[in-house]
Amino acid sequence: MAVAIAAGRVWRPNRGLSQAAVLLLWRPGARGLARSHRHRQQQQFSSLDDKPQFPGASAEFIDKLEFIQPNVISGIPIYRVMDRQGQIINPSEDPHLPKEKVLKLYKSMTLLNTMDRILYESQRQGRISFYMTNYGEEGTHVGSAAALDNTDLVFGQYREAGVLMYRDYPLELFMAQCYGNISDLGKGRQMPVHYGCKERHFVTISSPLATQIPQAVGAAYAAKRANANRVVICYFGEGAASEGDAHAGFNFAATLECPIIFFCRNNGYAISTPTSEQYRGDGIAARGPGYGIMSIRVDGNDVFAVYNATKEARRRAVAENQPFLIEAMTYRIGHHSTSDDSSAYRSVDEVNYWDKQDHPISRLRHYLLSQGWWDEEQEKAWRKQSRKKVMEAFEQAERKPKPNPNLLFSDVYQEMPAQLRKQQESLARHLQTYGEHYPLEHFDK
Amino acid sequence: MYIYIYLSTKSICYHVAHIEGNKHFLLYDSASASDSASASASASASGNKKRMNMFTAINSAMHNVFETDNKAILLGEDVAFGGVFRCSLDLRNKYGDKRVFNTPLCEQGIIGFAIGLAENGFTTIAEIQFGDYIFPAFDQIVNDVCKYRYRSGSSFDLGNLTIRSTWGAVGHGGLYHSQSPEAFFAHASGIKIIIPSDAYKAKGLLISAIKDKNPCLFFEPKALYRASISDVPVEAYELPLGKADIIKQGSDITLLTWGSLVHKIKTAADILSEKHGIDCEVIDLQTIIPWDVETVQQSVKKTGRLLISHEAQMTNGFGAEIAAKIQERCFFDLHAPIKRVCGYDTPFPHVYEPFYMPDEHKIVYEVQKMMDAE
Repeated sequence: MAVAIAAGRVWRPNRGLSQAAVLLLWRPGARGLARSHRHRQQQQFSSLDDKPQFPGASAEFIDKLEFIQPNVISGIPIYRVMDRQGQIINPSEDPHLPKEKVLKLYKSMTLLNTMDRILYESQRQGRISFYMTNYGEEGTHVGSAAALDNTDLVFGQYREAGVLMYRDYPLELFMAQCYGNISDLGKGRQMPVHYGCKERHFVTISSPLATQIPQAVGAAYAAKRANANRVVICYFGEGAASEGDAHAGFNFAATLECPIIFFCRNNGYAISTPTSEQYRGDGIAARGPGYGIMSIRVDGNDVFAVYNATKEARRRAVAENQPFLIEAMTYRIGHHSTSDDSSAYRSVDEVNYWDKQDHPISRLRHYLLSQGWWDEEQEKAWRKQSRKKVMEAFEQAERKPKPNPNLLFSDVYQEMPAQLRKQQESLARHLQTYGEHYPLEHFDK
Repeated sequence: MYIYIYLSTKSICYHVAHIEGNKHFLLYDSASASDSASASASASASGNKKRMNMFTAINSAMHNVFETDNKAILLGEDVAFGGVFRCSLDLRNKYGDKRVFNTPLCEQGIIGFAIGLAENGFTTIAEIQFGDYIFPAFDQIVNDVCKYRYRSGSSFDLGNLTIRSTWGAVGHGGLYHSQSPEAFFAHASGIKIIIPSDAYKAKGLLISAIKDKNPCLFFEPKALYRASISDVPVEAYELPLGKADIIKQGSDITLLTWGSLVHKIKTAADILSEKHGIDCEVIDLQTIIPWDVETVQQSVKKTGRLLISHEAQMTNGFGAEIAAKIQERCFFDLHAPIKRVCGYDTPFPHVYEPFYMPDEHKIVYEVQKMMDAE
């Protein structure tokens, strides 16, 4: 009664069903919690009904003390379409992609693989300063990229070059960024593999992990507000998912109802840290429901599974303005980067298993072969051709100079502040006298 | 004698300022914009002005922007109902919940989200309720906001982003409701930092910051939200960023500060003039970065003495950067070493605030020493 008086309202009984029955019959879906919360706020307070009135949760009372056991023995199941030999398991899940599209998937993955080999070597030879390969994870890139519209906005972490490859980012520009030469869209400012391309809707990569996650959510909100029929996809690894920014991003996406796909590449390692030291729950997919997010776990080495999940997530995210979480299970076959030697923390046998027995490229090739869309001849020819393309772009990139040192100073602000201009002038004067001690011959005049 | 004034918004009570003896810091009343040199900046043609305090002026600025720019968005904690300091009153009523909305309690999320929004064409105003709580967003600001344009070779930029946060001592805020964090951010190029000292400047500088093609961090001295009252044009107007304001001309010494302390430094200048015959030039820096080196340099060349004051602690406060730069530019014109009167190198204390704060007495004392130095 005190509550009712304080609320200043008179209690009226619901017609027909009691309030409790209404709540029991109505099963909140992923967004139901949000909806039921708003519903709650509109209900009238009553002390005659012994039902929970808390604004913070939509739930019934229980009089038995019981902790919820986190389910880590048998986790969320892994959706797949193909077996490890590239055979479709359940024909009703076959996306029936046309031949050209499947060939594009295959060629994107293999071209990326070839480029990775050559650029990794080039770092070993001191030609570029740093590199990160994508070995084993190519399926996560192209499977998801193929399911998106070309104008969907992509936020990556650093191991998603296949998305750009699928979007026909030219080899010349990949190389330009790695070499930091005059053709680099980023003007030589960042370490290799920090690609960006406004034209292909791929936001420039940055090194700090997970910072892109809440940013992607804001971009998705912008897409919703603009009625753009556009989804934002945000890639990150299972390690980055431990960052506070990941929690922030998930929560904001759910509460602000954003059309975003969170795509987690769970590849087993964050540099040397295995997943057993990264989290104790059931991976990243299990966190989604905690935020009210629709979630799925897929076989990341199965291009069709990745494709199907991303396609459906995209359709619903845009139609329903809600976030989706896809955890793509995969394996990082290569080292973390050229600064890492993973034999220090994992066995060669383990790596070989994935390379030989469960590789996204092999599995798709088996599928192609079984469809009669590919054969050994074409494989040989393509390997030769892709290597040639990469080598040509590579040699060209090496020959180009770096941008003029004046470009060290621009783009900090839209206009160059007076103090920065003074610093730029002081460097120019310094180089006039001491230029011989600086690698000016590699830079544009 | 200290008297605390309580003002309530709904169920929130907070102190505004304290009254000390007969002299009150309660009301900083700029009779009209024509008092300051910045009057030459664009004011409304119609001349239609209202008496506004700082939060009303800031509210007015946002209404002006939202009215004409339908891509303007305000987000942050508690902004929907009007904000804990009332800066966002009526915005949601007028412009709807898609443009003015609450976020979860997560500063790194607020700024991260705002980055995504700003990069995709929306005039984004992100509010951080207290400058003391901006630090979870430090990574997003320093590593992303500041570097977005540079690292992408201008493919992407955050010109549409403005971060508003509260700032400075309020009389009883203690460690976590009094901080002045500008020095932390001044060390990261790529952003502009602005701190207004009165209601009139707050509106003009905020509109400039929102329109500026670079991301801006706008710190609002919470002690001035109610205490500073000016004649403020109802229409939009802009005051230039990156320009210091000489609010009083003088010949003996340059006194430089920003934010709430501008008022105490004015008081100090009056005392020095009336009681000690010392003629002070008083400068309100307004923009912390990029700061107006030329104006300060010219002033110090003229007076030969510089005293910098800020609430933030002495060591590595922004006064250190000013002192280093000015001694480099004006060494041979100086009659005395550059002096800084700042908070002590402690966290911001609660009951000890009257002792911690730089005030007109400390400034008067130090100025006299500097005048005697030669």
